[in-house]
Amino acid sequence: MSYEFDFADVFAAWPELLQGLLNSLVLSALAMAIGMVVSVAGALGKTSGPGWLRRIIDEYIELIRNTPFLIQIFVIYFGLPAAGLKFSSNAAALLALVVNVGAYGIEIIRAGIESIQKGQVEAGKSLGMRPLQIFRYIILKPAIQAIYPSLTSQFILLMLNTSVCSAIAASELTAVAGDIQSRTFRSFEVYFVATCLYLGLSVFFWTVFAGIERAFLRKPTR
Amino acid sequence: MPATAPPAADHALGDTIIEMRHVDKFYGDFHVLRDIDLSVARGERIVICGPSGSGKSTLIRCLNQLEEHQKGEIVIDGTAVHARLKGIEDIRREIGMVFQSFNLFPHLTALENCMLAPMKVRGIPKAEAEATARKILERVHIPEQAHKYPIQLSGGQQQRVAIARSLCMNPKIMLFDEPTSALDPEMVSEVLDVMVELAESGMTMLCVTHEMGFARKVADRVIFMDAGEIVEVAPPERFFTAPQNERTRKFLGQILHAQTQAH
Ligand SMILES: Nc1ncnc2c1ncn2[C@@H]1O[C@H](COP(=O)(O)OP(=O)(O)O)[C@@H](O)[C@H]1O
Ligand SMILES: [Mg+2]
Repeated sequence: MSYEFDFADVFAAWPELLQGLLNSLVLSALAMAIGMVVSVAGALGKTSGPGWLRRIIDEYIELIRNTPFLIQIFVIYFGLPAAGLKFSSNAAALLALVVNVGAYGIEIIRAGIESIQKGQVEAGKSLGMRPLQIFRYIILKPAIQAIYPSLTSQFILLMLNTSVCSAIAASELTAVAGDIQSRTFRSFEVYFVATCLYLGLSVFFWTVFAGIERAFLRKPTR
Repeated sequence: MPATAPPAADHALGDTIIEMRHVDKFYGDFHVLRDIDLSVARGERIVICGPSGSGKSTLIRCLNQLEEHQKGEIVIDGTAVHARLKGIEDIRREIGMVFQSFNLFPHLTALENCMLAPMKVRGIPKAEAEATARKILERVHIPEQAHKYPIQLSGGQQQRVAIARSLCMNPKIMLFDEPTSALDPEMVSEVLDVMVELAESGMTMLCVTHEMGFARKVADRVIFMDAGEIVEVAPPERFFTAPQNERTRKFLGQILHAQTQAH
């Protein structure tokens, strides 16, 4: 045992680490919020849109679920500028995360929608509600209740995936840790601290998800 | 001219509110409704019975176009309804429907179930929708259950909330599709009582049910269906004592036997 642990340099960089942590949190939260909108809209399109729209959504889902996330980031950050769309690394990271989580989120929410009994829709129709009203007021909440655990697991995966965005130098926690490591050569120490911070992020999001469930999605019991 | 004889009602009936002329419906190759002719007067109460699979549900579901028909004409209060009708929602909101399986919205309380459509479809302000909902929950004898969720109610209570939910839209017609078939026997009467009161209030009602006591009590006409056809239409008195058709007699024999056994 010749290696001596020394956290002093790493702790000295705490303002950078804190900023990285904060950036990861904001990036994750934004991607979750926008990803949720994409997932709900996509699931609506896939369950009740016209045939051409369903096919486009299917292709999108297959494309994303069968290619690596890192490649998706590179395509958005390095590839799209060739088509005249240029993003900052943070914007590209957010876009990539949304595009990625949307593909999984659509399938999860679609499963929730399909778990709703036909009679619910018929009751809505018989009351004179229009299709979008039926979706919004009758189907959506029970559908989300039904698949909430899968959805939140997917969102935690999204948060962990923000780490991959360091590859395009987005200013999130893993990139910050890499900077500190190359400056101090304290690899173990810095990544140990990063691990703890990611764990903390997970605990934070799980707590928020549980709070949302308690406040809005609790199912009545007998 | 309505194709069927005018009912021998003991209460005043109005003009024609439902008219079905030569209606045919198919599920693929399966001919589920055959040349249905039926005209219903405003304020009339009709009971539809017949063996399982004879097309009773399909018939009433064509009226609000939960099912589309392929041939013939269905006219609801002056408007011909069909699959491609723009604004079918405007027709549906005037026609309440009560299902065998209640179909209450599980994430809403009884009160909220009753308020949703009036607010979203009719644009009624929340306070007014709530006042109406409370009044109608009282009318179906469950004002004290207003804040309970469907899962917290008995079957009979759920079905009465479902009736209240439809009534809150102030419909011109009420359709019932075997409203008591999914209920435990001890809860059947609390739902039938509400339906009788509704009938007495002058509501136009079409009820698919095998509750023959209810039919005797409120029906102006009883319709017997078999294999997609209307086989017999008669006022309850004649329907039960002197059925004309052999198939009606056979069905009544079975059903009355079964109900005697049950009671
Ligand atoms: N969606 C459907 N697709 C195909 N066949 C159906 C469908 N719904 C009902 N049927 C058939 O149509 C017939 C009439 O059904 P229904 O109107 O529900 O009868 P009832 O209410 O008198 O029991 C039955 O034979 C039933 O199996
Ligand atoms: Mg039926």
